[in-house]
Amino acid sequence: MNWIAIGALSDIPRRGARCVTTPQGKVAVFRTQDDQVYAIDDHCPHKGGPLSQGIVHGTAVTCPLHNWVISLETGKALGADEGVVRTIPVKVEGERLFLALEALASRAA
Amino acid sequence: MSERLVIIGNGMAPGRMLEHLLEQAPGRYAVTIFNAEPRVNYDRIMLSPVLSGEKAYEEIIIHGDGWYIANNITLYKGHKITAIDRTARTVTSDHGVTEPYDKLVIATGSVPFIIPVPGHDLPGVLTYRDLDDVQAMMLAAQSRAKAVVIGGGLLGLEAAAGLNLQGMEVTVLHVNPTLMERQLDPAAGYLLQRAIEERGIKVITKANTKAISGNGKVEQVELADGTIIPATLVVMAVGIRPNAALAKEAGIAVNRGIVVDAGMRSNDPGIYALGECAEVNGMVYGLVAPLYEMARVAASQLAGNEAAAFAHMDTPTKLKVTGIDLFSLGDFAEGEDRQEIVLRDASAGVYKRLVLKDDRIIGTVLYGETADGAWFNDLKKKQTDISQMRDTLIFGQSYQGGAPLDPMAAVAALPDDAEICGCNGVCKGKITGAIAAKGLTSLDDVRAHTKASASCGSCTGLVEKLMVMSIGDKYNPAAVQPMCGCTTLGHDEVRRLIIAKRLKTIPSVMQELEWTTSCGCAKCRPALNYYLVCDWPDGYADDYQSRFINERVHANIQKDGTYSVVPRMWGGVTNAAELRAIADVVDKFEIPMVKVTGGQRIDMLGIRKEDLPAVWADLGQAGFVSGHAYAKGLRTVKTCVGSDWCRFGTQDSTGFGVRIEKFMWGSWTPAKVKMAVSGCPRNCAEATCKDVGVICVDSGYEIHFAGAAGLDIKGTEVLGLVRTEDEALEHIVALTQMYREQGRYLERIYKWAKRIGIPEIKRQIMEDGEKRKAYYERFVFSQKFAQVDPWSERVSGKDKHEFQPMASVGFAQAAE
Repeated sequence: MNWIAIGALSDIPRRGARCVTTPQGKVAVFRTQDDQVYAIDDHCPHKGGPLSQGIVHGTAVTCPLHNWVISLETGKALGADEGVVRTIPVKVEGERLFLALEALASRAA
Repeated sequence: MSERLVIIGNGMAPGRMLEHLLEQAPGRYAVTIFNAEPRVNYDRIMLSPVLSGEKAYEEIIIHGDGWYIANNITLYKGHKITAIDRTARTVTSDHGVTEPYDKLVIATGSVPFIIPVPGHDLPGVLTYRDLDDVQAMMLAAQSRAKAVVIGGGLLGLEAAAGLNLQGMEVTVLHVNPTLMERQLDPAAGYLLQRAIEERGIKVITKANTKAISGNGKVEQVELADGTIIPATLVVMAVGIRPNAALAKEAGIAVNRGIVVDAGMRSNDPGIYALGECAEVNGMVYGLVAPLYEMARVAASQLAGNEAAAFAHMDTPTKLKVTGIDLFSLGDFAEGEDRQEIVLRDASAGVYKRLVLKDDRIIGTVLYGETADGAWFNDLKKKQTDISQMRDTLIFGQSYQGGAPLDPMAAVAALPDDAEICGCNGVCKGKITGAIAAKGLTSLDDVRAHTKASASCGSCTGLVEKLMVMSIGDKYNPAAVQPMCGCTTLGHDEVRRLIIAKRLKTIPSVMQELEWTTSCGCAKCRPALNYYLVCDWPDGYADDYQSRFINERVHANIQKDGTYSVVPRMWGGVTNAAELRAIADVVDKFEIPMVKVTGGQRIDMLGIRKEDLPAVWADLGQAGFVSGHAYAKGLRTVKTCVGSDWCRFGTQDSTGFGVRIEKFMWGSWTPAKVKMAVSGCPRNCAEATCKDVGVICVDSGYEIHFAGAAGLDIKGTEVLGLVRTEDEALEHIVALTQMYREQGRYLERIYKWAKRIGIPEIKRQIMEDGEKRKAYYERFVFSQKFAQVDPWSERVSGKDKHEFQPMASVGFAQAAE
């Protein structure tokens, strides 16, 4: 697994997200209330809304465009909606955050 | 011609009597009521929730003014009867009204007992009987100073808990060794004391008050042992005695109370008495259930059924302090011929005690876990022999007959004559019968038809279970729609509790109000954030992570993830320099679309998020601030050109629109607020479909509100006409503040107004000058913290992280 450093935990507000731009599009990196970190494509399976801009609650985010709720753990839409977004492995080492490169590259391939 | 029925007193007992009487003998009597209190009939049991801030007065009214009008009843409010002339058959009030009667009902209630210690008449010494007392206490509580409550019984403890919630430092003085000794045994009294003390209320037992002293007003309370307790408010809640003075002066037989027979008749055949002032078979009563029974009997008697008779009944006692569960019934003194079963779970704070005599329950004390109260009550009432289930009796109904039953089955197992609502004496069969016969589907329906759960509300859970049992999915529990899936509370309850419990952060709201999720959801968080911003303008730190993206980045998100930006143009007025600056920004950032909005503004669409701070920096240099086109807040004030240019204009509508906008910008509201000012009734600014609109006329300013031109189309309602611009501004600001304080999140003004009622809003804003001023001042205060341009804040570096990606991964890295 090739890990790419993307910054520090404190770069992301609790119950918030930041984006990482990649050649395959934006990845949204989330930090929950209890400091768990998740990364998913910044692209709602419904109509492509930027999930990084949504309200983060528990381990889910509500898309700002049409209120789909997406699980940060599985990338799956919760509730009655159906759809899934790619999740990307994240590693936390102390304060520092890393994204799994293979997952990114594999999509390009 | 109908007989004349005069009632002295307008409390809960005569109110209930009239309901029965109107049902049984409609039209038989011409009814006149004299109420010493200047108001309608309200639910006195709910005074404690009013004091603690959990309910408003309006919510505890039993009969509103309309009820008296609809039933042709004459109600003299604020009239105290000073004399009864039994020979002439008239009563006379302190305002000089004399009214003849054929039948007279005395329902003068009770008076609080005042300990005759020195200083008992100082200003600042109150009792706890009616709404005036509650309002005086709430006023005193605003000082957040120290209070002493004398009396550790039901009322005293409810008063102490309420004052504590209002922010006062409270000490309870109780003369006995344990609290509520008439209802609780010492063990339960001790648990109760511990729970009260955990709330920060000090309790002193075995306290003998020696004197209350102070210079012109209360300053301290002195105990017999020399202890001095500083206090600016003293509440005496040491008991009540029947108020029978008027009857006694009229020569009616009086003992402790007005002596009546089982038919509620006094020794004068035309005069009845009921309620707390009446004495039946040597007993006087203070709890609502027997008083309602008296009301039923008196109504039947007045309707001509002379067989109706009152029989003594034991009534369970419950304490209405949120978070303390307590139930007490019957006789629990120890005795040779008695046995008891006790269950204690100290760590869970549970204590249960059953007192038995000849294998029958005669007394019950439950503390911490009271769900089986109704069942024990039923066993006691029926004198059921419990020897067969004695081993498991104390564990409650669900443990009888083997495996524990689910709560629904426990309710299903109750017999039809088991009492569900203690206050109103409604049994299970009556409720299920009414549900079936009348097709009731909501809790309010059941309350209306059976009175169950309509008084203190503590049986609501049981009634709801009965509804589910009877009609299953058809039961509509949405009498109160919860805010979201994270709570069972509705918006209004949450708002009230935020203030009552002085909750000032989102985590504390979720903790105290028992949210079922760890950090809420996208529905409740923005709502809570708004309520806290509105209620604590100086004490709450806005939580940006609980705001919708538009309010977090101060622009409007578009379907492709870009943003649109709308600068403020006060009153829709602009000039060449502003337009040039906008044109330059459009060129510089290659903004693909520029459009004029419906609110007389210019919208720039398709801006990349990263560019927003730079766009704002350029706009800011030209003098622009955020137009809040994204906000649940004041959006735009649209204007026409008014008297400056227009040949029909009657006032300076443009200038007034600009003034309103400069006064009110930056304020957050439950939903967006759009306004307009038209200079004449031709209404070119389309003010009559706005949230708030003004139509200028020759004689002044006609203020409109509650219009809509979106999902719904609705013309405005007229709030009223005022003469000057200053007055118009004050009225508009007060109206907006009222909406800010009462509106549910995302509820537009027209929906709020429909819920509250247009007349009530007019009354508070147009007629009640004091209220209007208070709303106005609260708005002005909150603006001190709200009027900061969010764009220039962000140009200066606030929330930088919002606008930049945290990292960029290039092709080289990714391809490695």
